[in-house]
Amino acid sequence: MKPFGEAGHLLRVALVYALGVALFLIVRAILVPHSFGEFGYYRGRAIAQVAALPMHFAGHQACRSCHADVVALKRSGVHAGLHCEACHGPQAAHVANPAAVRPVLPRVATLCIRCHAYNPARPHSFPQIVVKQHDPGGLACNTCHQPHSPLQGFGKKT
Amino acid sequence: MTMPAVQGYMYPNERELAWSILIVIYPYITGLVAGAFILASLERVFHVEAVKPTYRLALLTALAFLLVAPLPLQLHLGHPERSIEMYLTPHRTSAMAMFGFVYLWYLMAVLVLEIWLDFRADIVRAALAERGWRRWFYRVLTLGSYNISPRALAIDERAGYIVTVVGIPSALLLHGYVGFIFGSVKANPWWSSPLMPVVFIFSAMVSGIAAVLLIYMFTSWRRRCPIDMRCLDSIARYLLYTFLIDFSLEMLDLVHRIYEADESFRSLDFMLHTKLYLSQVVIQIYIGTLVPLALLALTQIVSLGVRHRKRIYALAASLALVGIFAMRWNVVIGGQLFSKSFLGYTTYKIGFVTREGLLPAIVLMLLPIPILWVLVKLLPPWPADTAAGASAAS
Repeated sequence: MKPFGEAGHLLRVALVYALGVALFLIVRAILVPHSFGEFGYYRGRAIAQVAALPMHFAGHQACRSCHADVVALKRSGVHAGLHCEACHGPQAAHVANPAAVRPVLPRVATLCIRCHAYNPARPHSFPQIVVKQHDPGGLACNTCHQPHSPLQGFGKKT
Repeated sequence: MTMPAVQGYMYPNERELAWSILIVIYPYITGLVAGAFILASLERVFHVEAVKPTYRLALLTALAFLLVAPLPLQLHLGHPERSIEMYLTPHRTSAMAMFGFVYLWYLMAVLVLEIWLDFRADIVRAALAERGWRRWFYRVLTLGSYNISPRALAIDERAGYIVTVVGIPSALLLHGYVGFIFGSVKANPWWSSPLMPVVFIFSAMVSGIAAVLLIYMFTSWRRRCPIDMRCLDSIARYLLYTFLIDFSLEMLDLVHRIYEADESFRSLDFMLHTKLYLSQVVIQIYIGTLVPLALLALTQIVSLGVRHRKRIYALAASLALVGIFAMRWNVVIGGQLFSKSFLGYTTYKIGFVTREGLLPAIVLMLLPIPILWVLVKLLPPWPADTAAGASAAS
């Protein structure tokens, strides 16, 4: 006697599909990390792994302990809201060992225009220049502007 | 400051189009799948006997196109090895991320199952008659069951009917989902419309029916079999009906936009008269919709001979396919050509031999044809009498 009589082939196809689903569930159990979804739509253990990575940024508080004069000058000008490492790059290694690790000075020719080259998407109130018009001679920005207080000497709020 | 290919004011992230021609052919291909399946369901569920000669061909056409449907997405996104992730860690709040399940459901629970049930008797006979690798191939497909008694086949027929009944809303889901992806982008006035999924479904039916009509005519010619004109007339009539509904819905959307005339209207209207004039007005509306509609209507009004009807149907179906492709183009590309500021327009520059260029798009559009050829060779969809006639003729 055939199991399920004349509908036995339907049982076979149902079994194939059930095997497919079971295989999928096994593969899923193997491939999906156990901590996935622990806190949200990501691998929970990723937080501990990222936290264990070495720190590269020291934070602007660290700069003040040695460079209080520069920090004070910056605070008086329009760049007050910028943190030191935004332009000077991550300096955790320098803070840890100031004598051995000397920060490289930023290249002003490329650094300043990252924010101040004209871009129609920026607000009109934001200071922007068309580089070729503003500086046809190719002078470095800090020839005229003090980077830590860019409008110093221009008769405006520094 | 002027930027090449940009007129007026564009936000920086609007200059380059994020969705390329591959995202044009993706809804086009899924539309062909859904349309072909719905044509097949006419015979099985709605008992339209006249279209029976195309029933199996329509199923295989749907499968051939469905197998290619995810490839444009894979090519567009890159990293195909990561696509399994959407099954492993499903993201239920993202419509795009749920595509994998919509696709898999339609492929495995509907199309493959229905084809297997419908071809099972042929598969069993082939497994007993064939030799070599083909024998093994068909033996695997039988799943070890060689029972093709009238009672077993009646059970298959009943099960196939249930699968088709489930398949119709699934086909509508497959393509309605694609329309939903566009229609739910509320930041884009060209796309954001609750009518979008409905328009996509009906345009899918138009393209699928037109494709099956052309494939049926071509295969009959190749096999030197006479075309069943009762079948062809019926398909053409359904093409006309669905086309009329599709066109009415699109015009309803247009009239609604014109009458509503919201803040985006002037910008979109300008685009329609400039950048999209050729693809939307000339190709989609005139050549791809009004001309085939007029041709199909002509066959209903005037009594024409078989030869003329065949030519008109072939021409109308070809133009309908061009028109629906243009519709997909205008939705996908058109929706990215204007700025959210409504003050500027960009240009779509298509590459050729690039990952998202014209060449891969052409290859992907042609790929279903060899797949269909293989499927037809493995599972001949022709009724036994015409197959015999074809072999006798050759």
